[in-house]
This record gives sequence, structure tokens and C-alpha cells, in this order.
Amino acid sequence: MTDLPAKTDRTLGLVIDLDTCVGCHACVISCKGWNTENYGAPLSDQRPYGTEPMGTFLNRVHSYEVQPEQGSAQTVHFPKSCLHCENAPCVTVCPTGASYKRVEDGIVLVNEDHCIGCGLCAWACPYGARELDQAEGVMKKCTLCVDRIYNENLPEEDQIPSCVRTCPAGARHFGDLSDPKSDVSQLVESRGGFDLMPEMGTLPVNKYLPPRLKDSWDDQSLLAPLLEPVAEEPQGFLGWLDKALDKLPGGTA
Amino acid sequence: MHPAPSVIVFSTLSGLGFGLLFWLGIDPTPPTGLTAFVFFAIAYALSVGGLISSTFHLGHPERAWRALSQWRSSWLSREGVSAILALLFMGLHAISLIFLEMNATALGLIGAALSLFTVFTTSMIYAQLETVPRWKTPLTPALYLSFSLAGGALLSGLVNMAILLLVIAAIFQFIWWQRGDAALSDSGTDLGTATGLGERGTVRSMAHPHTAPNYLVREFIYVIGRKHAQKLRRIAFGLTFVLPIICLLLPFSHVLAIIAVLSHVAGVATSRWLFFAEAEHVVGLYYGMR
Amino acid sequence: MTFQQPDLNTSPKVSDEIRQTTCYMCACRCGINVHMKDGPDGKKQVAYIEGNRDHPVNKGVLCAKGSAGIMQVNAPSRLKKPLKRVGPRGSGEYEEISWEEAMSTAVGWLTELHETAPHKLAFFTGRDQSQSFTSFWAQHFGTPNYAAHGGFCSVNMAAAGIYTMGGAFWEFGQPDWDHTKLFMIFGVAEDHDSNPIKAGIGKIKARGAKVIGVNPVRSGYNAVADEWVGITPGTDGLFILSLVHELMKAGKIDLHYLAQYTNAAVLVDAETGLLMRDADGKQLVIDRKTGKPAPFDKKGVRPDLSATYRQAGVTHRTVMHLMAEKYLDPQYAPENVAEKTGISARKIKTIAAELARVAFDEAFELEQEWTDFRGEVHKTMTGRPVSFHAMRGISAHSNGFQTCRALHVLQILLGTVEVPGGFRFKPPYPKPVEAHPTPHGYGRPGKPLAGPHLGFPRGPEDLQINEDGSACRIDKAFTWENPMSVHGLMHMVISNAHAQDPYPIDTLFMYMANMSWNSSMNTSGVIKMLTDRNDDGGYRIPRIIYSDAYSSEMVAYADLILPDTTYLERHDCISLLDRPICEADGAADAIRWPVIEPDRDVRGFQSVLIELGARIGLPGFLKEDGTAKWKDYADYIVNHERRPGVGPLAGFRGNGDQFGRGKVNPNQLEEYIANGGFAIEHVPDNALYMKPWNQHYQDWAVGIGLYDAPQPFLFQLYVEPMRKFQRAAEGHGDIQPPDHLRDRLKEVMEPLPIWYAPLEDARVDPDELNVHALTQRPMAMYHSWGTQNAWLRQLHGENPLYLPTKLWKKHGFAEGDWARVTSAHGEITVPVAHQAALNENTVWTWNAIGKRKGAWALSEDAPEANKGFLLNHLIHELLPPKGDGLRWANSDPITGQAAWFDLRVKIAKADAPEESQPAFDPIKSPVPQGPDHLEWKVGK
Repeated sequence: MTDLPAKTDRTLGLVIDLDTCVGCHACVISCKGWNTENYGAPLSDQRPYGTEPMGTFLNRVHSYEVQPEQGSAQTVHFPKSCLHCENAPCVTVCPTGASYKRVEDGIVLVNEDHCIGCGLCAWACPYGARELDQAEGVMKKCTLCVDRIYNENLPEEDQIPSCVRTCPAGARHFGDLSDPKSDVSQLVESRGGFDLMPEMGTLPVNKYLPPRLKDSWDDQSLLAPLLEPVAEEPQGFLGWLDKALDKLPGGTA
Repeated sequence: MHPAPSVIVFSTLSGLGFGLLFWLGIDPTPPTGLTAFVFFAIAYALSVGGLISSTFHLGHPERAWRALSQWRSSWLSREGVSAILALLFMGLHAISLIFLEMNATALGLIGAALSLFTVFTTSMIYAQLETVPRWKTPLTPALYLSFSLAGGALLSGLVNMAILLLVIAAIFQFIWWQRGDAALSDSGTDLGTATGLGERGTVRSMAHPHTAPNYLVREFIYVIGRKHAQKLRRIAFGLTFVLPIICLLLPFSHVLAIIAVLSHVAGVATSRWLFFAEAEHVVGLYYGMR
Repeated sequence: MTFQQPDLNTSPKVSDEIRQTTCYMCACRCGINVHMKDGPDGKKQVAYIEGNRDHPVNKGVLCAKGSAGIMQVNAPSRLKKPLKRVGPRGSGEYEEISWEEAMSTAVGWLTELHETAPHKLAFFTGRDQSQSFTSFWAQHFGTPNYAAHGGFCSVNMAAAGIYTMGGAFWEFGQPDWDHTKLFMIFGVAEDHDSNPIKAGIGKIKARGAKVIGVNPVRSGYNAVADEWVGITPGTDGLFILSLVHELMKAGKIDLHYLAQYTNAAVLVDAETGLLMRDADGKQLVIDRKTGKPAPFDKKGVRPDLSATYRQAGVTHRTVMHLMAEKYLDPQYAPENVAEKTGISARKIKTIAAELARVAFDEAFELEQEWTDFRGEVHKTMTGRPVSFHAMRGISAHSNGFQTCRALHVLQILLGTVEVPGGFRFKPPYPKPVEAHPTPHGYGRPGKPLAGPHLGFPRGPEDLQINEDGSACRIDKAFTWENPMSVHGLMHMVISNAHAQDPYPIDTLFMYMANMSWNSSMNTSGVIKMLTDRNDDGGYRIPRIIYSDAYSSEMVAYADLILPDTTYLERHDCISLLDRPICEADGAADAIRWPVIEPDRDVRGFQSVLIELGARIGLPGFLKEDGTAKWKDYADYIVNHERRPGVGPLAGFRGNGDQFGRGKVNPNQLEEYIANGGFAIEHVPDNALYMKPWNQHYQDWAVGIGLYDAPQPFLFQLYVEPMRKFQRAAEGHGDIQPPDHLRDRLKEVMEPLPIWYAPLEDARVDPDELNVHALTQRPMAMYHSWGTQNAWLRQLHGENPLYLPTKLWKKHGFAEGDWARVTSAHGEITVPVAHQAALNENTVWTWNAIGKRKGAWALSEDAPEANKGFLLNHLIHELLPPKGDGLRWANSDPITGQAAWFDLRVKIAKADAPEESQPAFDPIKSPVPQGPDHLEWKVGK
């Protein structure tokens, strides 16, 4: 039955750095390319050259603005795909067992041969991580590139999700979040990685790294040391210059 | 949530159908012969018709049988299993009433319990969803069950019971709406928690990931004006409860009975349309919408 | 009962073959692995595209455009056969013709021009990556009228860089990502330089380095900037000079660097303003050890920045003196620029202080011995970990050249150019002005030009002006209107040809330039010019030949269409002779090769040019026996030699083991393919920095043929050629500007960077048109290259006009509203959206999303053709008239760069129209509309 495994051997997932993501959509299209050609049915597109084009995408990048009480608004580009929750509600609601969480690595997958396309798993997901493919009538979602990460036909360095491999800014990290010594766990630890909608109790595996604090120079109360003038007038400047040149290596002084 | 016609038709009709089956099942002096046939035909038309309608929104209806497998964990699966069992038991009950003119009380009681349980599973499909705060409440099963029982009573001609249950259902509907309007804000989930950026300031969606609506937007975001919703609520309330009760209170006539039933069905359908249309899925937050 | 997980094959076959070539989804030119699978017809098809990990540009990563290449190659908008116009221009009515008919038509038209009046051919290329070849063709044709799209793109940045320090950003150089600790980025359209900038920002952020973003719009790179400077458009120069003011006032400038490696210590003749020279023509400095004048490059010389030199009763002073006088002036004090720039004085001071702190307090020594051009050996290289990057945002203004100059001067004052942690050149740069050609424009029928069209004028003698004072070129490049227009003015070609100013032309020949739509200012006007007729009924621009791979808007306005291939179906070379793909650590070039064969009757444009050249009989395209010299572009790439031993490709020359110089290697392309499509030669360790003054680098560069003799040079804080033009305007010399341009030239040709208000400000009422309007390209799209792409157009299928909070509230806008936007030239009505992180007087939108109905194989109800819009309708190629009857170009008066970003508008709320205004009639599509659904999967 579609119960969640009590424990998974590993907890594979992504760590997404909101401080570095420039919102270029590289991950979105790389994902589209890989997953159209690979796992299960192709990601279809409706009206690809017409009005309201609508395709299936497993990863999408939102753009938000955060307006603090004081100072400039900030723009945050926000990629979002399946978070491979430990307590994945999309799995338990599935009536057919097509949705499942893998015991070996915690990846949440859809067995497309068993999916009836009822859409309930997408209803149960708070993150909008599942999309019903309009051509195939089955639920599509991020597979964490399960057909790449163990793929012996790929060089070892390429055995990572396609979004991670392609991300130009290096804003996406992949690894085992159950291993406190892994790079991803270390990043989460050092940068204060957080969960999306923790109140939902889904226990997402994917973590987000917060943007660093910005625009500290807008704060008038912050008195950074400013430059001390050596002169106000050209004449004074030239006098300073003459003395300063003497102090250079090889100067006359 | 997108108010998909197939799901509205399903939940309206099957609720009434299983409600009717419930009353038929527990009736100590059930109709027999042709009368029984008419009652059961109506009940089956409604419940089975609803179930068939619900398969219209499936991507792969031919695999629907697989939905019976996960009854241990999935309310949707339980609904399927329960519906089939209910229809099976009530079918046997019906056969014995119609053709054998024999009341197998046990079959009826089991079938009635299963019918009611089926309505309960339907309601739990919605009530289990953390993602739709308006639905995530024990009031949702109360709403579905009271509607089903009231509608079933109405259809089976139990006038006094119908009046009583319609009043109860009306109360649940009223409370459900009241609670629902504050459910999302009371849930504590907002774009701040959705993005984890809420502590830094007010978070606003500046641009959607794609400029045209996608599956998520079409499925989860349905914008209905507040005024429009209020009007529809009044219509739903009047049709579901007020008019049928008035009809029932007036001296009995077949015309009035038919008006009461049709009004009720139309009212329930309107209420169910609102049930979806007004429901805010938290995914909408990511798109800057409710 | 436990759940049985399905058996899953986690090692499926990825592809049958990987073919490595170079991306062309934008100008970034990343290496790509094209995964091929056998398609249903048994032919290999493109199944998946990813970045090439070994490639110097992208090192494995790939942007959205690159991954979406598969949808570019299958796009329904691909042209299929040569086309001959049969309806009126603009109708889109065409007849498919054979290549033989197309070629003989073109040969007929062009041969006559070549033999009688070559200047009547205007040959301009747009997003061309083969400029060294297309210019070679035009040079042999003999027309002076050739350029690529640099004039409407970023010539200010390139020209200011070359004149100041022998190179600019992007293709010229890059920050030292491994060492920099503070990175400041100005006004970058989000795609330049697509992947390396993203990778660099990611790299330095991972190290905790700080990023300052200067841009009115906080998106993309500015979204991740730690400090955002939401500057008022057009005031970057003023802001930069204020930083210069603060740094000089505090003495936070690198005196050693300035004295040794720049012309700061060079003496300026007090009477002429020209640099003083010795008898050998060497620039003179005062040697601080002797107090006497000495050539700048004398061994052991200590150039004295503070010196004066008295000669014949005149006191001459150094460039540094002039700079002190100029930049310590209170007009540049932060308090005095705060209002204009929209940046608080406090913030300007903080930024100046931080630049100084990182440059000087965090300076470090790299243990690397090197020898300078004076022969002095240095044990270490001094690192100053501050770096800069800028592109179109600051260049596409009429004050852009001086602004870019100011930025380069700022970097130099901090001593951060070509040092560890600073900005580094990519070979073949740095190349000082002296290493570049001068412009050539005087053609004779049947003969080639004496040299390349585009070059760097040293003074008035290099202008391309006829004896009667009229312009030699149709775009009026290299005239007094814009003396240093080193990339030409593509945006003026159609306008001038239509106005027959300076003369009428016969044939307009264009390649990959959507001039009837998003690549033109004043789109509606250009459409009229292209269709306008003379009294005799003939077209005012008589013939138009156009080559493109796709059904763009421009196709409808040509008489003859030569369909090009897509980028995976062609040969190309990304050459060191052109715009190469080098990194600071190495010289590199790359090829494209047909990883798939076209399924249409199309030909690579460069191969078409080769055939045209031979059939017209252009010298240079024929062997001595009169037969064609090359059979196609691939043949040219391998066998052409620009100088003996130096050809389009530097890699695998000779027997395949020589880089740069070497005899022609017939197997060169195969060797490139085997090597992943590129070749790279690494710069030796002792030559990695200080390149302009580093003997090891100079020798290495000569060795690989970047130039033929070492050419160390001083950075030119003071640009003498500008002074020569300015001096002419003051009345000196034989070559004199027309009087109406004198005052402007005196003002703008200032040899030290200045700031002046964008020219449009003086021609409109800034109080009425008090909003600045900008465009930028989305990272996931590049001009119109994305719209025909089924995946990319889903990301950006329509474009709102983004309004800042102040304007949003002032006009009471709400979501879903529309605005009427009015400029001095035109009016548009468009959808709006709110953006808080935006300069409070600026609005902007994504460029080139709006499309003409009927183009790009889209349906007529596509959002691009209904809600999408162009800002181009508001921008004229000319400034508003001022009553003198003259046509003043809306361009930088120094370089002619199109001043896209000078635009001023006013905004008003408008009733929502049916579609964005102005709306155009549909054009008939030469290709069928695309399918209504896609389930793309090559493998089974």
C-alpha cells in the first residue's frame, strides 16, 4: 500500500541558494529537455505556437519582491520543484499506489503505468510540485533525475540531476541530507537552510538557503568609516601627491 | 479550486443517491415490488451516475480499477471500495425486495451503513487536505453527511425527517461558510511561510514563472468575486433548504414534492460549485493569488 | 503486506552519440553536447542538449536558451526554400524559387553594382558571428557600406575600452573571479555575457565576496547584489565621476600603477592639449630621479605624476594635474550629484570608501615573478581585488561613450585592471588603438577597398568624408556627426537610404537583422520607409535582399529571401580574427559543424556569400585561373589565410600541433570536432596578469600570431585622438567640422571623461516627460530568437510595462490595468505591472516580446501579437527637430551608438484596448503555422 516508508536508507534532495539564483530559468528548460526525452511520457505542450501556451514543467522559477519596513525592496528569484517530503501527503492520498516514496533514497515518484490521472496527489501537495500532463493524462513530477543519478551510461560527475548540472550560477546543490557530513547538510547548517510551509507538517527534504541581508548601506544609522580627505583643492592634492610619491618604493625620500 | 463539472455532478448526485439508499436500507417497512424498483432505480441512477461522472475527470479511466487497491491509506480508494460494497449490499437488498418481496433486514442495515460511510469517505477526500484550509475541518464530513441524509430523506418522502435534517444541514452549511471565510488566514499559511521570506518584509509575487496560465493555475486558482459569491450563497441556501422546507410544510402535493426535490438538487449543486470555487488552495499563494 | 516498489531501470541509455559543437542561441557561444538518437526515420535526431564540461566559456553549464535549442531546430518558423516576392512589399506574398534562380537574381543585381557603383550596395549584418568574413566579402565588393549591429548595441563600451586601455568587458575581458572580493556591475542587460557572469557571481558569492549592482531595475544580477544602487538612467557617468572625486580627494588611488602603466604622468602640451613627445614620437614624462623629461618606456624611469615642465616660457603639466583640477571640482561632490543620480551622498561616499578599502586594505601579493616592458623584474604581482563589469545599460545613451570612459578610468585609478583580483583581458586583448586599423571607405568600381571598413580613427584625417564634406558611408559613420563610430550605425541605414542622405542606394542586403520590427528604432516609420515608393512607382529603396533562417518580421519586406540554416546545420568559426571565445587564462576559438543535415532546401549564409563572391567575380574569391577559390564556408575556414600562417582558426594548424601560426591543415575541422569543437592555448603563468606591460605575455602573443611584434602601451586616461577632434572644432587644422557641429564637438570630445545630460533632455520638456523608459532582454531569451521556441515562449509570452511604486500609486493603477505611454515621438497603450525594486522615475519592459501577427509561425491570437508590445515605437532614430532643418541622429555624438535608453515618456491610465497599441495588420506567413500540441520525444 501507499504508506510512506518508515525510514529511507538515504535522503536525497536539493538545496537551493536564494542568495545566488539570478532567475535565469536554465534549470527549468534543462529539466524540460531531459524529462521530455527520458522518464515516462514526454512533457507535452498545448498550443505551443498559439494563445495561452501551456506545457508540463517539473520545475518553475517564481519572482517575488520583499518589501522591508525600511529601505529598498528586494527581488528574489525562487525556483520550485518537488521537495520530496519525508511526510509526503501526495503519496498517501494516491488511490492506486502509483505515487510512492522510494525506500533506498526517499525520492517520490509516480509509476505512470498505474496512474489514473485523478489529480488528487496534486491537490494534496502544498507546493504545486505535480502537474497532470494534458496529453498523456498522467501525473508528472520531479524525479530528482532518478534516471541520471545512478545512470552508469553517464560519467560519474554527470550523475546528478540535470537542473543541478546546468545551473550557471551554482545555486542548486544535490546530495544526501540524512548525512550530516554531506556538502548539502553542511550548507544547510552553515547558511540557515529552511523549509517551505513548515506548518504543513510535510517535512520537505529540499531546503532553501536564505538571501544574505542586503542594502546595509541604505541604513543611515550605520556609520561605516568614510574616506578622509587628503586635500580639498587641486593645489593641496598636488602637494599631497608629491609627498606620497616620495614614499613609493624608488621614491626620492 | 477549479469547479470541475464532473466532480460537482458526482458529489451532488452520489450524495443524494447514497442518502436515499441509506433510508431504504434502514426502513423497517421498505417498499417492495414495483415501488421498490422505482426507489432503487432512482437511488442507483443517482449514485452510479455520480460515480461514472467522476471518472470523466480521470486521465486514464480504464485504469480506474486500480483505485481500489490502496484502501488502507487513501480516502479516495476507500470511497471506491465502500461505494462498490454499498451498491453490492444494497443491490442484494433491492433484489430481494423487488423480486422476492422479502425484507432482508441485515442486508439493508449493512448496505445503509456502507452508503453512509461512502459519503463520509467522499467528504474525507476533501477534509483531509491541509492544502485547502476551507475544507480541512470535521465540519466538512458533517456537511456532506447532513446533506446526504437530508436529501435522501427528501427523496424517500420522509417529510418530518426531511424537514428536521434540512434544518440541521442548513445549520452546518451556515457554520461551514462562516468558518471557511477565515480558514486560510487562520491557517497561518501565507506567502511569507510559503517562501520562507516572510520575516524579511512583505512578500509579493512580481512575475509568474510562465506568462500563460499553467495546469496549477487552472486547477487551483479560481477567482470569484466576493459579491458574486454572496449572491450565490443566498441562492444555494434558498434552493437547498428554504424552498424545500416551505414545500414540505404546505399540504402535500406531487407538484410541491417535485419542486422540493428539484430545488434541493439545484441548491446542492450550487453549494457544491461554491465548495470548489471558493476553496483556496495554498498553491495559489505562490502565484500571488488566493 | 509491504508496498512493492516498481522495478525501475535507473541506467537507461542516454543517447546513441554525442556531437559537440558551439551554441548559437545567443552571442555567448558556449560549448554544447548534442545528444543524438536514431529517430523514427532512422536518421540521427537531436534528443537532448547539455553544456560541454571541457569548454572554456561555460565549463558544462548551460542557460535556458541553450537547453531549448532543440525547439529552435524543430521550429515551424524555419524557412524552407528561397523566396521571391510576388505581392507588394510588406504583404508577405511570396513564391518559392530554386536556389539557382535566387542566386542568379542576386548575382545579376550585385554584379552590376560591383562594376559600376559599389557604394550603392549597403550590406549590414545583425547578430552575425562571422564579421571577419562578412567584412572581408564587403571589402572585396568595394562598398564602403558595411557594418554589423555594434552601432545599435554596445559600441560605446567597446570603443571607450579600446581607446582607454585596449579592450572592454565581455569578449575583451572578465573579472578575476578567483580572487576578486568586491564586484561592481553596471547596467547589464541580463544576457551579456550570459553564462560566465552567472558562474562568476556564483563563484564569488560562495566565497562571501560582495556584489554591488548599479541599475535602475533590480532584476537578474541586481537581484542577487548585496547592495543595489537604483540609479536614474543616464546619470551613471556622473555617479562614477563622483566616486573618482571622492577617491582622489582621499588620495585613494594607486600612484605606483598610475605612474608606471598609464599616461597619468605624461606631459600635456599646454598650448595644444596634445601629448608631448620626443623626437622618436615617444610620449614624454618627467623622470622623478633626474627631474628631466624622458620617454615613458626608458628603462629605470620613475615617471613623476606631480611634475611640471617649463619650456620656452610655457608650463606644461601632467595628465594627473589636469585630472586633479577636473575631478576635485565640487561639481562632482556626492552632495552635488545626489539629486540628479537619485543616489544619496552618503551611499556614494560609502561605496567610494568600500572600493578604496578593498582595493588597498585587502591588497595582496601573488608570488609570481614577471618582467615589465621596461625590462624591470618584479618578484610578485600586486592584487587589488575589486572588479567591474558593465554593458549596454550604460552604453546605450548619448553620453555613453564618456560614461564608459569614466568607468574605465575609475578602474585604472584604483589600479585594478590586469592585476590579480581585478579585471583581466582575454587574448587577443589588450590591443591598443595603435594595433587596430583605421577606417577605410573610399571604393572604386570593380576594386576592393584598401582596408577594412571599420577601424579606430586617430584624428580628423581618418574621417570618411568626401571632398564636398558629404559622408562617404550611407550610415554617416566616421563623420563629424559621430567621428569615432567604430562599429558603424546600422540603425541609420534605412532612414538615410530612404532620405537619400547622403545619397540614394540601390540594394539593401541584410543578414539576421529584424529591421522592420524589434531591431529598429521607430518601427512604424521604418516599415513605411521600406514600402515607400518614388513618383515612378518604384520603391525608394529599390532592392532588398535578406537572409534569415526563420520567418521573422523582416522577411515580409525583402524582395529576395535566402533561407539560412539553423545553428546545428552549419559550419561556423568563432575566430580570433573576430569575436573569439577566449578566457583570461587562454586564447581559444571554436567551430560549429553540421551535427544534423537540413531537412529543407536551405544553405548556410556564409557559403552563399562565397558562391556570390565567386560568381560576381570579386577579387579575393577567385583563384588566378578565375575559378572559385573556396567551395563553401568550411573550405574558407580551413584554407583562408589572413596573414601568412594565420587563418580563421588558430587551433590544429600545420600538422595539427601548432596553435596560432602554422600552415593550413586540411584536417583542421576534423581535429576541432575530435577536440569538442574548440581549441585553446593557455597563457603561461608568468604572463597571466599585467598583460599590456608584461614581456612574457607580449612574447607569447607574438608567438601565437595575435600580433607580429610586441606592443606594450600605457593606459590612456587622457585620450589624445579625442583632443585632436576637439582641437579641430576649436578651429585648428585643415580638416574642419561644419559650423553647426563645432560647439557640440568642443563639449563632448573632451579627452578626460566628462558627464553631460543625455541629448534628448535638451530637446524635450523634462518636466512633462519626466519618466525614463527602458528595456532589457530576459535572460531566457535573446531578442526575437526565443519567440519561435515552444519552450522559451512559455516563459515570456507577453510583457507588461513595469511601474515603480511611486507611479503605480500616483496614477492609481491596479493589477490588469493598461497605460498610455507617450514620448516626444509616439504613443503606445500597453498592460502594466507593479515593481517596487525600481528607480522611482523609471519604467521598463522586456525587449522584443511583442510580435507582428503572421510572423514566427505563431497563431494570430498568440499573446506576443496581441498583448506583447515594443517600446521601439516610442524611440526615433532622429532627435526631435529643433527647427534648423537638419536631421540630428538620436545617437552618441562621439560613436554614433543608438541612444535607446535616453527615452523620456509620460504615463497615463488608459481604458483597456482589445490589444496593445499600436496594432498592425497581419502579414501573410511564408510558412505554415505551428502544430497545436507537441509531445516531443525522439527515442522510444
